[in-house]
Amino acid sequence: MQSTSRNFKDNAHKALNDATLQRALLNVKSGFQENRARTVAGLPEFERLRDAGRDIKNHVLANLDFYLERFEENVTANGGHVHWCRTPAEAREKILEICKRREAKTVTKGKSMVAEEIGLNDYLEENGVEPIETDLGEYIIQLRHEPPSHIIAPAIHVTREQIAVDFRREHSDLDPNRRLEEPRDFTDEARAKLRDKYFAADVGITGANFLIAETGSTVIVTNEGNGDMTQLLGKAHVVIASLEKIVPTLEDASTILRLLARSATGQEMSVYTSFSTGPRRSEDRDGPEEFHVVLLDNGRSAMLGTEFQDMLRCIRCAACMNHCPVYEAVGGHAYGWVYPGPMGSVLTPSLIGVEEAGHLPNASTFCGRCESVCPMRIPLPKMMRHYRQREFEKGLSPQKARAGLSVWSYVATRPKLYRLATRLASGLLGRLGKVKGRLTTLPLAGGWTSVRDMPAPEGKTFHDLYRDRQAAKGGRE
Amino acid sequence: MSARDDILGSIRKSLGREALTGDAAAQLRQRLAQPARNLIPDRTAGRDTAGLTTLFVDKAREFACTVDEVDSLDAVPEAVRAYLSRENLPARLVQAPALADGLDWSQTPTLEIKTGTSDGSEDTSVTPVFAAVAETGTLMLTSDVTTPTGLNFLPENHIAVLRRSQIVGPLEDAWARFRAARAKAGTAGPGDSFTMPRTVNLITGPSRTGDIEQKIQMGAHGPRRLHVILVAD
Repeated sequence: MQSTSRNFKDNAHKALNDATLQRALLNVKSGFQENRARTVAGLPEFERLRDAGRDIKNHVLANLDFYLERFEENVTANGGHVHWCRTPAEAREKILEICKRREAKTVTKGKSMVAEEIGLNDYLEENGVEPIETDLGEYIIQLRHEPPSHIIAPAIHVTREQIAVDFRREHSDLDPNRRLEEPRDFTDEARAKLRDKYFAADVGITGANFLIAETGSTVIVTNEGNGDMTQLLGKAHVVIASLEKIVPTLEDASTILRLLARSATGQEMSVYTSFSTGPRRSEDRDGPEEFHVVLLDNGRSAMLGTEFQDMLRCIRCAACMNHCPVYEAVGGHAYGWVYPGPMGSVLTPSLIGVEEAGHLPNASTFCGRCESVCPMRIPLPKMMRHYRQREFEKGLSPQKARAGLSVWSYVATRPKLYRLATRLASGLLGRLGKVKGRLTTLPLAGGWTSVRDMPAPEGKTFHDLYRDRQAAKGGRE
Repeated sequence: MSARDDILGSIRKSLGREALTGDAAAQLRQRLAQPARNLIPDRTAGRDTAGLTTLFVDKAREFACTVDEVDSLDAVPEAVRAYLSRENLPARLVQAPALADGLDWSQTPTLEIKTGTSDGSEDTSVTPVFAAVAETGTLMLTSDVTTPTGLNFLPENHIAVLRRSQIVGPLEDAWARFRAARAKAGTAGPGDSFTMPRTVNLITGPSRTGDIEQKIQMGAHGPRRLHVILVAD
């Protein structure tokens, strides 16, 4: 997918002024946050499970080569194939090659963020294979020719009025006067439309929430059942997954499952958790004839051993974006690539470079809510800070900000000068704002004061107050 | 160099080591061969069969299943008939071949019974399950020639026949039974000594979606109704 992360500031401005989007974004707060809080409160061991989940993934990452090789062995032993792909281009070509060999006209797709990452749909279309998204949210955005704006609720930015327009345009064989008002109307129409597509599909493509080394199984976690029909009814099943989805055993997957649905939708378990192992057995009455796992690296192996390794623990639950004030305000599209919100602000520069995505780690208030809800305890704010530092070191931050920071570091590393400067500034600003108690404009900070006032300093600097207090304490003792 | 070698090489370079050998590899192999349990929530601890049954039924209902209890397998056909009638559903169904010998449909002549997998045209399926997890009201179903996966997804209504003795506490207990039941001849059970079926489905309630403005709708692509008939045994 082509990135527009460079334009984050413009994207965010547009999003803030888009009344329809703002109405749609209200659903983030009312749905996800309350449901998560309720279901987490119902499991006293939740915090300890977070530790256990973190430890499993850390163990996997430290031994990733070993577990990937075991996974491959077991996929092969069960009659499937593993395809190792370094880049999105290699993964696209491999999938197209499978489609071509099967003489595929249509492929059904379960929801996969890695498929978005490699830009699979456009590539298949360009090469004469029609991809059909079957997750309701993905289906809607495919009709709208939009990327997803959320990793588990891809159409969260769309209102039902907009979907009604899309459905009437695309489903032109249906009665134009039919009712399209209640969520039920849309769900039923999409269900009916997609039914035949599953049976007609030559290939079914899904992502994977887990790859299990012990058994060579791929696991998808869904609520709709579309992913299951995709992997059951396609004549070949292709799984696209990134390296870090590996867990050692069924028991390890079970531990992380207790975290995943609670953190994502606030369910105790998602409706369907399905383990696929190889193609149909010779005696089976249904199931695909072929089973392929396309394993994508795309920069992840290079993240190991760096300060961004912890990001590879991510299980794509979306809790971080569901609790992020920035995401809540601007939605997912403003981030400009596949992964939005706090996890995207760390993963995007890791995968496509800080030159392209340097704005994203800056799109944070550092309130820390993302880290506090992350089931895998990923220190997201700390990693965003690392990226800010890298951006500065590479000379990518704006000239004004760099100059400001140089002045700041000169002053802040010279205590006497710092005390003098802060005393002068607070005295001056205090006099200027004495009447109103606040300042409506500040030199060099027009952007900041254009939308809010700065409280006027009330006299002493922090250093002075601290010194006075210490002195008073000393006097008492 | 192949992509495989490149990726494994890149991982090892980042981790600052060569491929694992000797004791380090042996320890990891052992971890896979003897899968240990991680932290298990207390929710199901100390419950006997009756206690687990109560918890399973409560959880299944909480997640939008309906549950009927019957005394024996003989009572299942009548319970199915009564359910279809109560829900105003057509009096026909497709049953999993695994149930064909156990259920005597001659008692319910008004029902039209087909045996096999689903081609998408049936309204209702009736299937057995492998186990049920009381912790979260979850059913575990495994694919086989007698239990095709299509029955779990394609019909609008899925009726699952569950025996009380199949209910376990946490998910890990269901895996333990699964490993034991599928152990390859001549091996003790765990690790790579059991066979995986093509598909294992963990199912918790009927199909649902929240993709239209986050409002939950049942029956997105899979069954709209999931009905459990719980058989005392």
